[in-house]
Amino acid sequence: MSYQMVSAAYIAASILFILSLGGLSHQESARRGNLFGIAGMVLAIGATLMAYTPVSLGLVLGVMAIGGAAGSALASRVQMTAMPQLVAILHSFVGLAAVLVGFGSYLETSTDLSGAEKVVHEIEIYLGVLIGAVTFTGSVAAFGKLQELLSSKPLTLPGRHLINLAIGLVCVWLGAEFITAPTVQDGMTPLLIMTALALIFGLHMVLAIGGADMPVVISMLNSYSGWAAAATGFMLANDLLIVTGALVGSSGAILSYIMCRAMNRKFLSVILGGFGSAGGSSSMPEIEGEAVAVSADETAQLLADARKVVIVPGYGMAVAHAQHPVSELIKKLKSLGVDARFAIHPVAGRMPGHMNVLLAEARVPYDIVLEMDEINEDFPETDVVLVIGANDIVNPAAQEVPESPIAGMPVLEVWKAKTTVVLKRSMATGYAGVDNPLFYKENTRMLFGDAKSSITEVLAGL
Amino acid sequence: MIIGIPRERTPGEKRVALAPNAIAAAQKLGFSLQVETGAGAAAGFSDADYINSGAQIVDSRETLWASSDIVIKIRAPIFEAENPESEAALLRAGQTLICLIAPGQNPEMLQAFSNHGLTAMAMDAVPRISRAQKLDTLSSMANVAGYRAVVEAANHFGRFFTGQVTAAGKVPPAKVLVIGAGVAGLAAIGAAAAMGAVVRSFDTRPEVKEQVESMGAEFLMLEFEEEGSGEGGYAKVMSEEFIAAEMALFAEQARDVDIIITTALIPGRPAPKLITAETARLMKAGSVIVDLAAEQGGNCELTKPGEVIVDNGVTVIGFTDLASRMAAQSSTLFGNNVVHLLSDLSPEKNGEIIVDMEDEVIRGLTVVHEKEITWPPPAPTLTAAPPASAAASAPVSVPASEEVEKSTTGTFIGLGIVVAAILGVGAVAPDSFMGHFTVFVLAIFVGWQVIWNVTPALHTPLMSVTNAISGIIVVGALLQMSSTSTAVTVLAAIALFVASINIFGGFWVTQRMLRMFRKDL
Repeated sequence: MSYQMVSAAYIAASILFILSLGGLSHQESARRGNLFGIAGMVLAIGATLMAYTPVSLGLVLGVMAIGGAAGSALASRVQMTAMPQLVAILHSFVGLAAVLVGFGSYLETSTDLSGAEKVVHEIEIYLGVLIGAVTFTGSVAAFGKLQELLSSKPLTLPGRHLINLAIGLVCVWLGAEFITAPTVQDGMTPLLIMTALALIFGLHMVLAIGGADMPVVISMLNSYSGWAAAATGFMLANDLLIVTGALVGSSGAILSYIMCRAMNRKFLSVILGGFGSAGGSSSMPEIEGEAVAVSADETAQLLADARKVVIVPGYGMAVAHAQHPVSELIKKLKSLGVDARFAIHPVAGRMPGHMNVLLAEARVPYDIVLEMDEINEDFPETDVVLVIGANDIVNPAAQEVPESPIAGMPVLEVWKAKTTVVLKRSMATGYAGVDNPLFYKENTRMLFGDAKSSITEVLAGL
Repeated sequence: MIIGIPRERTPGEKRVALAPNAIAAAQKLGFSLQVETGAGAAAGFSDADYINSGAQIVDSRETLWASSDIVIKIRAPIFEAENPESEAALLRAGQTLICLIAPGQNPEMLQAFSNHGLTAMAMDAVPRISRAQKLDTLSSMANVAGYRAVVEAANHFGRFFTGQVTAAGKVPPAKVLVIGAGVAGLAAIGAAAAMGAVVRSFDTRPEVKEQVESMGAEFLMLEFEEEGSGEGGYAKVMSEEFIAAEMALFAEQARDVDIIITTALIPGRPAPKLITAETARLMKAGSVIVDLAAEQGGNCELTKPGEVIVDNGVTVIGFTDLASRMAAQSSTLFGNNVVHLLSDLSPEKNGEIIVDMEDEVIRGLTVVHEKEITWPPPAPTLTAAPPASAAASAPVSVPASEEVEKSTTGTFIGLGIVVAAILGVGAVAPDSFMGHFTVFVLAIFVGWQVIWNVTPALHTPLMSVTNAISGIIVVGALLQMSSTSTAVTVLAAIALFVASINIFGGFWVTQRMLRMFRKDL
């Protein structure tokens, strides 16, 4: 296969990848989009293998088969509630691969470059390894937090900003050393030290970020994994890698931006970690009133008497694995002639779109699962809102209390409905540590208990 | 403690302070209850009903008053000495009396309570705060009265409320104007709308528009800048210009509508005269006016409190006992309100009451305590009035618009930096690099455009599919597999392995997720 043919195949693969992402604009075209992606990948790998047939083709295919089998096993077993973990660990693989390919590319002496081209090539390697290493340990840390192997509380070391800054400066200096190194052996030392520092940096960065900021972290790591691939593309002078990396990188960047906007937080302040460490909640006005508890039977009665019902799921639903009883509840309500829908806040759960996937798993039709902007206006006409394991995303303080730490964050305006029933284990505050005045509103009822068993009881009462 | 429920002696009063269901609830709080024989008869509750709910029936009211620690009534005790039903002599020191008192209008009664050494709690002096709503008898009675007003109107109105097309011809719907959208007004709107009438409503407080519309009425706006919300969620007195504009609106409406229900009251003042005799006479013959403010003099000039009159073909209903006309319902609601009060008074649920003057609600409705007149209470610290929240949300919304401007300039600055950076790269980078760089920058832009179209519901599949395609890094590993250096080959093999996990795992799990998304069939 000629070089031109490979380039043509790469162009086709790039187009297929773009179509793949484009296909996700709607549920109906999404599956086709995924098939486009698979086709692009087959084309790219096939063309590469035909053009640069490795000496040990058998070894290559064998390694790929084992890796593929491992990946498939992972993918077919994973629970939908564990999707964030899976995505995080997959990010780490991209980062690891970028580091390895970077080292390989540096050790590969067959290509002979000189002058500016050599400098550029070495910068590319350096950046590729740097981004790859940060992505790798960052994703591993995110995985650990999501899998609850690590505490989801932000780790706030004293002087952590200084540590990060120092690592950054040392990396820049090491980079200069690396580029000016006369031989590969001389360059190896700064490269290895930088890799170690980048690994530490990635770990430290994600450990300093709290559990509910995970949607941002995952999106950000998604973005990094893309940039790592793009940097690899530059070092190998391979346009397909560059295009793909750029696509993935901008995709992750957009997701991070959407998530930050949904939390009304600055990207930088999320990355620097620790929620509300700057502004305390001490100046919050006292909340008047008392929370009124309600039983599952009464909730069932409320739902049966309602015409319009909206269910707002949050991370608590994922934790309790309550999506299946919720789906049953929706079916039951429909059979009773109740108009029941879901309202999804962009940062509900631990990764973008987390709730949608859970509901889809429970066979909830996606056309009754609405986004915040689509449904927020409907709350005043809603008879009953069921909030399942959500807190900050339905906190009226974001709109009513200017000094609240979450002031200005877009929230689902559930309190405008006639009655709101909040399913919760206790009166504890949400991730932001802000008390929720919603619980004390006169049209709010609290249904305490585990979300799954509460919903099952409500279902029995209908 | 023993709670006594006497029979109401005020003429025309059919209600009873606690209905049988409230008796049972009060018992759960640890109280013993006794009811004067026949107390609930006018409201449709027999002595047997009370006995079944666990109350004792007492034959004489003297015994009842003498043996009760707490007396709960609807109306304030009758004090006129010449009245044979006078209850003045029955009061005794240390007793707690819970009833409607109108403390603002009855200073001499408060004095009498104080002289007797009573603790008096006025069910009509409940503070207007959210927490106290469950005790608010004014609201629950107004709700009943609003409903009943529509029933009375229908009774005196010679036509259907709902429009119909029948074999005998077309019937237009009745048009109802409800003035004042408080609790009574809203109840009237709901009842009239439910009966099929076309309902309009007017209120000086623009913030009730939403409530009016939610009950199914059209909100009449006055083109006039004046805020009509007073303290505690009630209306206040308006300026003369406003009232003139208002009157013109009513005159115009009077020609058109069939029924006017007026509910306009300002606390502690005579009812404003909104419907003049001329306005009333503009109405078609057969029209009906129901004046819920009759007790405070009426909103209509023609109103005769307690009576129904017909003037120029227009029926003007001035009943002051609308709630009592639905005695069973209003007794039940009143009783529930009182039980909520008892539950607040007896936090231990041991049948003993504690008058906690630190509690804002209890402080507000206790008008005489320990021989001291404690009316009026200090102003409530928190009102339920919506303007407060509007004021609070204002500072949040203002910076938003500034932010938009900032972000536009920010975008320009950002673009400038990007362009400068690209030019900078072009100045130093070698030729071969620039080709790849072009591809890179264009790909970012393509990605940017494409990703914004992704529906948020598919963000998780988006991440897993981007995971899979970033496995394209496998191509780099494949290229290095042919290296002559063993170290490179080993590194490449590991990279190949992990990237393969990514590719297969990513696509597979994406497919699995996407299969689950299904439309409702």
